[in-house]
Amino acid sequence: MKIEDDSSNSEKFELITFSIGSQDFCMDIILVREIRGWTNVTMLPHAPKDVLGVMNLRGAVVPIVDLSARLGLGVCESKERDVIIITLIEKKIVGFLVTAVSDIIELSQTDIQPMPQMGGKKENQFVKGIYISDNKTLRVLDIASLAASMTTAQESV
Amino acid sequence: MASLIELRQVFFQECEEQLEDLTDGLTALEGSEDFSNLDPEIINRMFRAVHSVKGGAASFSLDAITQFAHAYESILDELRSGKLTLNQKIINTFFTSADYLTDLVSLGAENVEPIAAELESKIKDLSALSGSMKFGAGVSEEDDCIAAFTPLALSGEMQFPPVEDVNGSVFEIYFKPTLDLYANGHEPVQIFRELSTLGVLEVQCKFDRDFKWDQAEPAIEWHLVLSTNQSESEILEIFEFSEPYAKIEISSKVADITVSAPIESVSKHPASTPTMEKPNAAPDPAGEVHSAEPSAIRSAISAAPKATVRVDLDLVDELINLVGELVITQSVMTQSITEQDGIGGRQLSTTLEDFKSLTRTIQEGVMAIRAQSVKPLFQRMARIVRETAQIAGKEVRFATEGEDTEVDRTVIERLVDPLTHILRNAVDHGLEDAALRSQAGKDRIGTVTLSAAHRSGRVVIEVIDDGGGVQREKVLSSAIEKGLVPQTAQLSDSDIDRLLFLPGFSTAASVTNLSGRGVGMDVVNSEIRRLGGRVAIISHPGSGTTISISLPLTLAVLDGMVVDVADETMVVPISAIVETIRPDTSQIHQIGPAARMIAVREKMVPIIELGAVFGCAPIKNHTNDGILVIVEDDKGEHFALAVDKIRDQRQVVIKSLESNYGHVPFVAAATILGDGQIALIVDLDEITHQVSVDQSRSIQSIEAIA
Repeated sequence: MKIEDDSSNSEKFELITFSIGSQDFCMDIILVREIRGWTNVTMLPHAPKDVLGVMNLRGAVVPIVDLSARLGLGVCESKERDVIIITLIEKKIVGFLVTAVSDIIELSQTDIQPMPQMGGKKENQFVKGIYISDNKTLRVLDIASLAASMTTAQESV
Repeated sequence: MASLIELRQVFFQECEEQLEDLTDGLTALEGSEDFSNLDPEIINRMFRAVHSVKGGAASFSLDAITQFAHAYESILDELRSGKLTLNQKIINTFFTSADYLTDLVSLGAENVEPIAAELESKIKDLSALSGSMKFGAGVSEEDDCIAAFTPLALSGEMQFPPVEDVNGSVFEIYFKPTLDLYANGHEPVQIFRELSTLGVLEVQCKFDRDFKWDQAEPAIEWHLVLSTNQSESEILEIFEFSEPYAKIEISSKVADITVSAPIESVSKHPASTPTMEKPNAAPDPAGEVHSAEPSAIRSAISAAPKATVRVDLDLVDELINLVGELVITQSVMTQSITEQDGIGGRQLSTTLEDFKSLTRTIQEGVMAIRAQSVKPLFQRMARIVRETAQIAGKEVRFATEGEDTEVDRTVIERLVDPLTHILRNAVDHGLEDAALRSQAGKDRIGTVTLSAAHRSGRVVIEVIDDGGGVQREKVLSSAIEKGLVPQTAQLSDSDIDRLLFLPGFSTAASVTNLSGRGVGMDVVNSEIRRLGGRVAIISHPGSGTTISISLPLTLAVLDGMVVDVADETMVVPISAIVETIRPDTSQIHQIGPAARMIAVREKMVPIIELGAVFGCAPIKNHTNDGILVIVEDDKGEHFALAVDKIRDQRQVVIKSLESNYGHVPFVAAATILGDGQIALIVDLDEITHQVSVDQSRSIQSIEAIA
């Protein structure tokens, strides 16, 4: 399916949509390895507060980031029903805790509008653009730069 | 194309082995008592090694390597034929040349052209050794190539140094087949046809008139005259397959000389004694470089080392990882089955036990695959010693012991830098000048020994020099001068020796090329600690210093004590644990607002709240239920870690946190426990170091640095 799309129109790409609290986001599906339910994590000492800890993903030690806290939307409260999006970014496996994963959509670059300037708020720092569908406003997250910023954040701790 | 690249890779892999062989041979030569009575097999082996490198390099058009290896080979051949007598100078040049050849090979592997001037001078160094002015085939060949020494001037065709006569030479070949030649499907006519492609061939057939018709042996023999500008080895190549089944004699006569000079007679007896004769690599009358080569190659096959398999390291690592998972899964399974007792009963638990021991065995086996002998590392170090000795202008004898000791590959890799530092120090600072040495009644030549051995589940690597030992007064005054130690400090001898490992310490009056910048020994210390090892120094004034490194066998598993700290499970490496105690309130002494100490066997030990270190718990009241784990750091200092509960003692598989996340303060790594949860492994060195630093700031106590 995906391969066909790539050959017919290289502009098209797929995004996974998810929600954090009541807000909707999406990100490039290429980076997503799997989606799994919440499991207990092991706390990491002296970690930034958005890094919840590490979990065991079939033998690999994977850090889990509270995406809500990372984006400055406040610490995610209930975790039991939440899901973790496991991503592979530059050979590092990182999990992101979100409230729910809803859909996979196919967009081309032209569908995405640039983010209007709304001041240098943290929550929009990692937003690449915005996509408006019939009933929803989806923010496209630049998850790679988000993950990269995690490394720098933890170095400064 | 892909296969060519693969072949190239194989070539470089093999080069490593050949170079190892070469160094082995050199070490053997160096160690031999009597240079005039050498084991010819050593030189043969070296020759074969260099020759294989040359041959391979030529076929991949690695001209610099080919050229240099050729020069090397020629000298070795002179040595072999007795034209050249070995002396220390030659051995030294051989060593530096072997080093340079190693460099060339690694440059070749990266597709980098070496510096032409350097190559030239290195070749000259080698050629300078040549006993005869007519430098074997080497010089004539270089004369042939007008642009001698220009790497590009040689083509890949010079795989065998030819008796290249520009005018061509005439070979007389005597060929007498045996019955087996025909039995094996060889056809003389085919051979002759092939020969005729080399040049002009004249074939004469000789038939035995007294031939008895019931005789099984063939009665025909041939005399061939071949005028060619190809080398003899080309001819031999054609006879390669038929050679065991025939008597072949090749003699060459240069076109304008009437007397034929036999260059080689490879004679093989008929099939009745097929296994007997092996062409001896003893110097042949003519002493030509090329003549013994084919036989050398053949004996190389017979002297093949024990069979090994080349495996991609990534594959092995992958396997090790998977086995690690298997062990984890097994313990998860065991735990969950034991929790729901009653199901399956005794039989199940027996099966589980079997399964457990199987996984252990597999794990051990896989770990053994990863283990490597320290030999390549030691050889690399030999080079460091040579180079350092040269720069420092000292004569050094380098000895190794326990080269076959096997250590985890990662450990070996990460030992390179620390060992380099230690050896440089040993040569530069440890050993005295020749004058001083003879004054002290020692051998003028200093000895540095590098040894490896397995000792109680750990690997101990020692660097021993027979130098002057640590000059303690100098060390102490230098340390005081630098403000590393308070002036009033009372230090024991071993305390002073350990000062060498302090950051920023150096006694060298001037900064030399080699050492004295005050970095080094502390880097050694921290690097070894990172490997889970310890460094110790033992010095005897006047008779030398021993620096001993003790390392775990593998970095993949660790014996740990599983403890609970403020609702988190942590693992403390067992190697550092001295004892665990449940303290009595009377033993604990409050010092200052936060610090507490405990008297253990009349020794005051600072208590470290593990929970506070990880910033996750309010400091608990330890008067009743706390447990103290007494640990020892690499300096022999004791610390008491306060934990809530000791859960278990087990072997854990080390998982890196860095690969997906990054460094976490006070945490060495992570592991996965039986329930599938991740537990962090405590980095004791970082914690105790932190405490030491805090202490030395506040108390300025000497213990903090000792």
